[in-house]
Amino acid sequence: MTVGTAIKAKHQRLVLLVIALVVLVAAALLAAWALRNQASYFYVPSDIVANPPEETRGVRLGGMVERGSLRTEADGVTITFVVGDGKARVPVTFKGIVPSLFVEGSGVVAEGHMGVDGTFVADNLLAKHDENYVPRQMQDMSKDQAQQVMRETK
Amino acid sequence: MIAELGLAALWLAAALAGLQLIAGALALTPRGASLAGVVRPVAIVQGVLALLAFAALIYLFAVTDLSVKLVAMNSHSLKPLVFRVAGAWGNHEGSMLLWVTVMGVAGGLVALVERRLPEPTMLATLAGQAFVSLGFYAFLLIASNPFERLLPVPQEGNGLNPLLQDLGLAFHPPTLYLGYVGLSIAFSFAVGALVTREVGPAFAKAMRPWVLGAWIFLTIGITAGSYWAYYELGWGGWWFWDPVENASLMPWLAATALLHSVSVLASRDALRAWTVMLGVIAFSMSMIGTFLVRSGILTSVHAFAVDPQRGSFILALLAINIGGALTLFGLRASSVTEGERFAATSREGALVFNNVMLSAILGIVLFGTLYPLLAEAMGAKVSVGPPYFNPMSALFAVPMLVVLAVGPLLRWRRDSFRRIGKEMVIPAMLVIAGVLAMVLVGGVSLLATLGFALALGLAWASVLPLKGRNLRRTPLPIWGMVTAHLGIAVSLLGMSCESAFSVEKLVAIRPGEATEVGPWQVKLDAIEPVAGPNWTALEARLLVRYGDKGRVIALEPQARSFWAPPQQTSESALLTRWNGQLYTVLGGEADQGRWQLRLWWKPFVTLIWLGGLMIALGGLLALIGRVAADIRRIVARDKIEYRRERQGRAGRYS
Repeated sequence: MTVGTAIKAKHQRLVLLVIALVVLVAAALLAAWALRNQASYFYVPSDIVANPPEETRGVRLGGMVERGSLRTEADGVTITFVVGDGKARVPVTFKGIVPSLFVEGSGVVAEGHMGVDGTFVADNLLAKHDENYVPRQMQDMSKDQAQQVMRETK
Repeated sequence: MIAELGLAALWLAAALAGLQLIAGALALTPRGASLAGVVRPVAIVQGVLALLAFAALIYLFAVTDLSVKLVAMNSHSLKPLVFRVAGAWGNHEGSMLLWVTVMGVAGGLVALVERRLPEPTMLATLAGQAFVSLGFYAFLLIASNPFERLLPVPQEGNGLNPLLQDLGLAFHPPTLYLGYVGLSIAFSFAVGALVTREVGPAFAKAMRPWVLGAWIFLTIGITAGSYWAYYELGWGGWWFWDPVENASLMPWLAATALLHSVSVLASRDALRAWTVMLGVIAFSMSMIGTFLVRSGILTSVHAFAVDPQRGSFILALLAINIGGALTLFGLRASSVTEGERFAATSREGALVFNNVMLSAILGIVLFGTLYPLLAEAMGAKVSVGPPYFNPMSALFAVPMLVVLAVGPLLRWRRDSFRRIGKEMVIPAMLVIAGVLAMVLVGGVSLLATLGFALALGLAWASVLPLKGRNLRRTPLPIWGMVTAHLGIAVSLLGMSCESAFSVEKLVAIRPGEATEVGPWQVKLDAIEPVAGPNWTALEARLLVRYGDKGRVIALEPQARSFWAPPQQTSESALLTRWNGQLYTVLGGEADQGRWQLRLWWKPFVTLIWLGGLMIALGGLLALIGRVAADIRRIVARDKIEYRRERQGRAGRYS
């Protein structure tokens, strides 16, 4: 057996090109399919109340931390608070160390998923950090939905 | 005065880049051939001028000249000197100046030392480099002048983002930039070779050290950036699939593929068009990364300023450079003659396979990074994170790692698996043992199990190329390959162990109380206020002990408050043992005098970055080996010429 018969075609380059293209197209299709299932969507409280996502799906919830709603549980590390956008309110629980700029009355983006009882279980909180690091979703929420959020965080 | 000098140097450098482009292009035509001699000197002077401009900016930052807008916006006289200097590139304008400086200097170096290529290819390469540079000079001078003055002069500067006031981070951007921009040389070589249709081993050999150099810097930059994110952000993770991390990973993936295909081209004269294509793609990824980071369309610590004008400027540059190069490729690729052929089971075949897998991973990462932008254009706000990136990249990384274990043992041109079958027995057994061990441990995710098992097998297989060799006479590039491949195994082992065995504890305790995390006992001894040059902090003194008999060691995590600009950061405290790291973070005050503590025990986590450094070291060994060989060849050639000359003279007189 010679090299020539191993790759019968006269144009090995063409064969390689086709293989590479097939793999890359497969990768692109897979990626598109996975993105549809795995991308985590951004919600404001009125969206999440009107149309709650499945519990298994990771989403982001953005809004204002309602004044007077922030409570720490007995273990000292679990907090609960309410995120609102002026129309709807969503209770949130979070276990962990809160970002230093996370305070009542300011904006927050919570990453996590909806729990069974309508509580949002956050794995991570993004607070307004500094002017260089405003959670992007909060910069341009639609105006009528969350004007208050806009004013506070812009 | 210095600012004006810097600006003048910058304008002059831009003008020379224009001259370099025109002279280089004209010299390729028969009528302009007399201009050929100008191109190299112009490229060198352009590099020197760019360097001068950058030095001027560093000086302005070092002395905190507040009459310069950029300094006033981003620096503060109270900062330690090293951070004042690092502030020069810790902002948009300065980092773009660093970009053109690296481009200019790299182009100058190529003009100075590269003599292997035919002169027309060289001219086209330098013209290509000038073309890309010119776009970035224009961007700098028109849309982001770093030397702009400010009136009235403010009393004090704004300061640097406290997250960035960290020694490791001060040198992280220049390292990455050397990598990003070093790839521009590969891009220019590819363009030059396409213009003159001279794609062959000489082209690959000329390009290889540049690709290697850029790749080494990228590897170090990514490794350092990952470690920085790990200890500075205080979240305990080491890779977040943040768009900016992806922006540095994508050029690395492309450069890794390029590095391997350029080797095939240099030693076997195969994969011609593919190598040229990768040369174009690698730098395109650098530019896309810059666009994503600098345009402000992404949220990140790295996104300095949200300025749509700049975004569209970079986007235009991107479209011109990438579009132009791809068009050139489309026009010329078919006329690049086909290289040597090879069988599917051969070293080349394995390298092609890995190239395709790397490209697929690159596509996955690129797609995932751009998807939020595409979705936003269609009105949906999404973010893409580990649930997408981890399994999708693993899907292609796993077959790649398997071939990575086998490939280096295969011969060039043609081989059979039967020949190397015996050598693969032990790695295969290690893989099986690894899977069994993880199944026995239980509760380990599929990815961590696969990673652990493959790392064991790969570690063994990666040193096999040394078997049967005289180690003293083994060429450095072989050592480099073995070191880098072993580094991948080491890094993978660290990632899998971190994912499989990490223990996390989140508690609120009073001073005097103790808790446990993994094998560690942690006692909160006291909370005290401390102060630094531009910050104050609350510091926890933790007394930690490994097991029952370990020595008691103090750890001091802090919650820091900076005052210029006002911001709070948490400074984690880490304790490294040979078998892992204890990671401690101080949170806020809870009720009843309790303090929040977040503790992790991360077994073998340090292997991740050790592996990264080994990969870079492997690249360095290969680079030294290649450059030494080049120098030896040049010296030998000079000797031969000298001898000929002498003989010729002797002949004349006899």
